[in-house]
Amino acid sequence: MIDFLLAPFQLGFMQRALLGGLLVGAVCALVGTYVVLRGLAFVGDALAHAAFPGVVIAYLLKANIYLGALVFALATAIGIGLVSRRGRVSPDTAIGILFAGAFALGVLLMSTIQSYTVDLFSFLFGDILAISETDLVVVGILGAAVLAVIVLCYKELLLTSFDPTVAEAMGYPVQALNYLLLGLVALTIVIAIQAVGIILVVALLVTPSATAYLVTRRFLPMMIVGVLFSCAAVGMGLALSYYLNVASGAAIVLLSTCLFFLTLGVRHLFPAAARS
Amino acid sequence: MPEKMPWRYCLAVRDLAAGYDGRPAIEGISFGIAPGQMVGVIGPNGAGKSTLFKAILGLIPRHRGEILLHDVDAMGQRALMGYVPQLEQVDRAFPVTVRDVVMMGRYPRIGWLRRPGRADARAVDQALERVELLPLAERRIGELSGGQAQRAFLARVLAQDPHVLLLDEPVSGVDATTQHAIFAVLEALRDGGKTVVVATHDLNCVIERFDQVLCINRRLIAYGPPGEVFREEVLEQTYGNHLMVVRVGDRQVVVADEHKP
Repeated sequence: MIDFLLAPFQLGFMQRALLGGLLVGAVCALVGTYVVLRGLAFVGDALAHAAFPGVVIAYLLKANIYLGALVFALATAIGIGLVSRRGRVSPDTAIGILFAGAFALGVLLMSTIQSYTVDLFSFLFGDILAISETDLVVVGILGAAVLAVIVLCYKELLLTSFDPTVAEAMGYPVQALNYLLLGLVALTIVIAIQAVGIILVVALLVTPSATAYLVTRRFLPMMIVGVLFSCAAVGMGLALSYYLNVASGAAIVLLSTCLFFLTLGVRHLFPAAARS
Repeated sequence: MPEKMPWRYCLAVRDLAAGYDGRPAIEGISFGIAPGQMVGVIGPNGAGKSTLFKAILGLIPRHRGEILLHDVDAMGQRALMGYVPQLEQVDRAFPVTVRDVVMMGRYPRIGWLRRPGRADARAVDQALERVELLPLAERRIGELSGGQAQRAFLARVLAQDPHVLLLDEPVSGVDATTQHAIFAVLEALRDGGKTVVVATHDLNCVIERFDQVLCINRRLIAYGPPGEVFREEVLEQTYGNHLMVVRVGDRQVVVADEHKP
């Protein structure tokens, strides 16, 4: 079994894919803990889609793809905050308007490109096997930045997630911390696009953390167990996609989904053992 | 009130108007509370009790007026005010233990970029002890009953150790034992020199336990000791005409007439 799982990772591109996938999976699960507990799944999905025009524009200008995606994801995060704060429309509606509009812009721009749209499609569905050493360095640096913010603002992010009213009453800049968190989500999505693509990135952001929520009772353990579930799905998904010759990103996401339902089932059958 | 009155108050509110959308939900509110007093805030639903608390805490826009903590604008020293909102405000499915929640009260003292130390752990233990939740410290907050959760949030504000405590209906929907336990803690705080402000519906409890009572119905109706304030015309202005003050022996009792709207 172990040999079966390890054999594919003798190959260089599989090793890079595994390293990249584990990094991406870990960062997604860290940020995903906040996404799950604060009900930001839709926001996360929206930011991922909104990054698409950034990718296309960067491609057209031959600029850095990550930078293009990040600029658009961050701009959308701020836009969602502003539109919903001005009242009139609900945050849900504001998200729907902005992300569909931004994604349409991406599709429109992509349709102007005559050739090689294959490259751009890989950003929609991810291509973890094509991850380069440069990509690994970028993912590593951005991932470390996300981790640093979470460690440094751990108390404040926990308090504003659990009880924003009392946090504000204590004098914490709750609005700024909310934007900080949306910024982290945007950064995480940019990191994850290469691995699983724009369409599926929300799964990595939500599913491992939701699985961890089922079996933990405190915040930090939920984060750590989420990282473990995420890494397990990445490792097994890559091995599976190698043997079955199927899309790696989709295999990782599906395994993650299976882990969730398996955990849900086990919890249902053995309620006494739940939540350590 | 005279213009140059010396503000010897712990918490003073002058000519406050506040509310959303530029429309004041409360206005013309002025009062001053000396340290070591327990003040009840009463008024019908929608009278602006919660709004008053939120305005004092800076959670909603203030249109006019001053809020002073020890003679200085309160907004610069918000950690000195402790707030216990109504119970249903937080998501109790959140993965935090009772101890985690109480530790959050220490966060303003600990400050940014630092981790809780031994003194904070001690303060949390003491706060849990005072509300008799120490045996349940490792439970998840969602596993507690309503009354236990309310005591956990009271412990959080104890760990914060503020000068002024604002509690929004802390005893609504909790059992009698919990009510007594909560009031015992609040009275001890008051006796220790804290200013305790409690929004409540229980007028008889106000008569029995509180030093001052603040009657509001969008505006300030009356402010003073319950024995002086609870008169027919004040309650009528506050609640409309379906409340009566009855004397039973040497005690005042407030009776609601359920048949009137």
